[in-house]
Amino acid sequence: MQAIFRRELQAYFKSPLGYIYLTIFFFFGGQYLSLQVAYGTNEISNIYANLFTIILFTMPILTMRLMSEDKRLKTDQALLTAPVSLSGIVWGKFLAALALFGVALASTIVYFIVLSSMATTPQWSMFFGNLVGTILLAGALIAIGLFISSLTESQMVAAILGFATMFMIMMVDSFVSSLSSQSNFLANILSNLSFMTRYRDFTSGILDLSHVVFFLSVMAVFNFLTVRVLEKKRWG
Amino acid sequence: MIEIKNLKKRYGDKLAVNDVSFTINKGEIVGFLGPNGAGKSTTMNILTGYLSATSGSCVIDGYDILDEPLKAKKKIGYLPEQPPLYIDMTVDEYLNFMYDLKKVRLEDKTRKEHLAEICELVKITNVRGRIIKNLSKGYKQRVGIAQALLGNPEVLILDEPTVGLDPKQIIEIRTLIKNLSENHTVILSSHILPEIQAVCDRVIIINKGQVVADDTETNLSEKFSDDLNYTIRIKAPEDDVLIMLASMPNVIQKYQSLGEKEEGIFEFNIEGVEGVDVREELFARLSARNWPIMALRSSQLTLEEIFLKITRDNAYITDDYEEYEEYEFENEEESQEDSQMQEELDKLYDDTIGDMTFEQKPQEDGQEDVQEDTTNVEEQHEEENKEKDGGSL
Repeated sequence: MQAIFRRELQAYFKSPLGYIYLTIFFFFGGQYLSLQVAYGTNEISNIYANLFTIILFTMPILTMRLMSEDKRLKTDQALLTAPVSLSGIVWGKFLAALALFGVALASTIVYFIVLSSMATTPQWSMFFGNLVGTILLAGALIAIGLFISSLTESQMVAAILGFATMFMIMMVDSFVSSLSSQSNFLANILSNLSFMTRYRDFTSGILDLSHVVFFLSVMAVFNFLTVRVLEKKRWG
Repeated sequence: MIEIKNLKKRYGDKLAVNDVSFTINKGEIVGFLGPNGAGKSTTMNILTGYLSATSGSCVIDGYDILDEPLKAKKKIGYLPEQPPLYIDMTVDEYLNFMYDLKKVRLEDKTRKEHLAEICELVKITNVRGRIIKNLSKGYKQRVGIAQALLGNPEVLILDEPTVGLDPKQIIEIRTLIKNLSENHTVILSSHILPEIQAVCDRVIIINKGQVVADDTETNLSEKFSDDLNYTIRIKAPEDDVLIMLASMPNVIQKYQSLGEKEEGIFEFNIEGVEGVDVREELFARLSARNWPIMALRSSQLTLEEIFLKITRDNAYITDDYEEYEEYEFENEEESQEDSQMQEELDKLYDDTIGDMTFEQKPQEDGQEDVQEDTTNVEEQHEEENKEKDGGSL
């Protein structure tokens, strides 16, 4: 797992993908920071809340090639015939993407320092709550993206499917609001699946255990599904 | 060392591997032969744990690949048909990655020593710092072999290891494989038959998902040739020789002229009667007439001919040679009786494969191999040119 983790993390910086991702993230992060400064607030939650959309729509950049490229280059033969478990392969790749996201997210530490310098007391709890929430959200999205990537040999297909899925996740809340007048039952289910409402709770400083469990479950379920896809291929 | 029992692999309706069983002992080099789609790569992929079998078992050094995959996989070095290379890495990075991935721990060597040794062995030391993407196919292949050798696995499974190499490299790799077999068990698949002949102790021929032959190369040629067939060149008028041959029904059951091969020298194919050595009688008769024998050789089958002979018959497949021969015999009888279809088939076979074998016969010993090598050389030459092109970019 370590070997795969290291290799995938290196791979981000061997192709433009890692740099593109970081550039987009830093650009928008910086943008939101300057807005906060311009409005004269030291409220870091707003930055994280705004980053939700950016995180959502840039995630396929990180995940599209993770599994699909191995299939195309046949390097999966090296991975699957090496003494590594399937879940080791999947979690190695998952953690590599999460680590790259961590590099991007590290920039928000600078934002926190900047904003704290303007405040009398730094909002530590708010900051850590947001960090945890963002990492959980990213983890869940990476697991979904990784699963999509395992379904196809083509990075492009993985990317497009990834964007479509991210769009769906984004739209869940609008579905809920349009449904709530007609069907309470369906709206209820959908609203529970909403990434946004759960993430908003983190950004507003609420650390709800059910949200933590929700994101962790999404990670576990999709990584498990990815393992099953690999397994299925062997039996195919 | 390797034990495969009743292996079956089904892709949808198609049975890719059908009841394959064989055992390979420690230190053997086994050649795996078969036409395209025969199930060679599938068997290899199952053996290495890349694919799962529909039924049956693969045991490597006591570890079942399904029950204890991690332990079994540690015993295997695998070079798939297409080397599994991360083309964005340098050779060094890649080998280090594979070293970690395979969790190699050697007691007597450090990582650095081990990698240096392997790179030296497959002669890639000079490209260690280069990105794999920019390497020629031959070098990529060698990086693939290097990867399989990491950690000195007890079993090496090589799917067409010499593809894309130039003739000198091919010889080097063959020697390397030969040397490796001293303390490794090697399974080698190849479509280059002389390669199997040169390297392997034992040949397993697989066709339509089933093992059709499994023996040493020498035994195979003995089993499939009857020692009654000879090709002879006689310096005498063709018609006279034919008359003479016709007058010897007690020693010759079949004969056929193959035409004039050199000026005034004709070639004939002769099938003797079982139990009699046709050569003595022939010599006596020819010397009495003062017709010199310019060449006489047994039409013992080469591996290539055995391969064609075994795999030509798609309808009937068995791993029992006697059964196979019986079947052939039946076929002949049928054709003699009434089956026009069979005659046509036989004719077709003679036209294609039969002619091929006869045309190869007149050549001197060893010339056949040379011919085979020349084609390789041509292929390799193309490869080299490609390499050059690639290199100049």
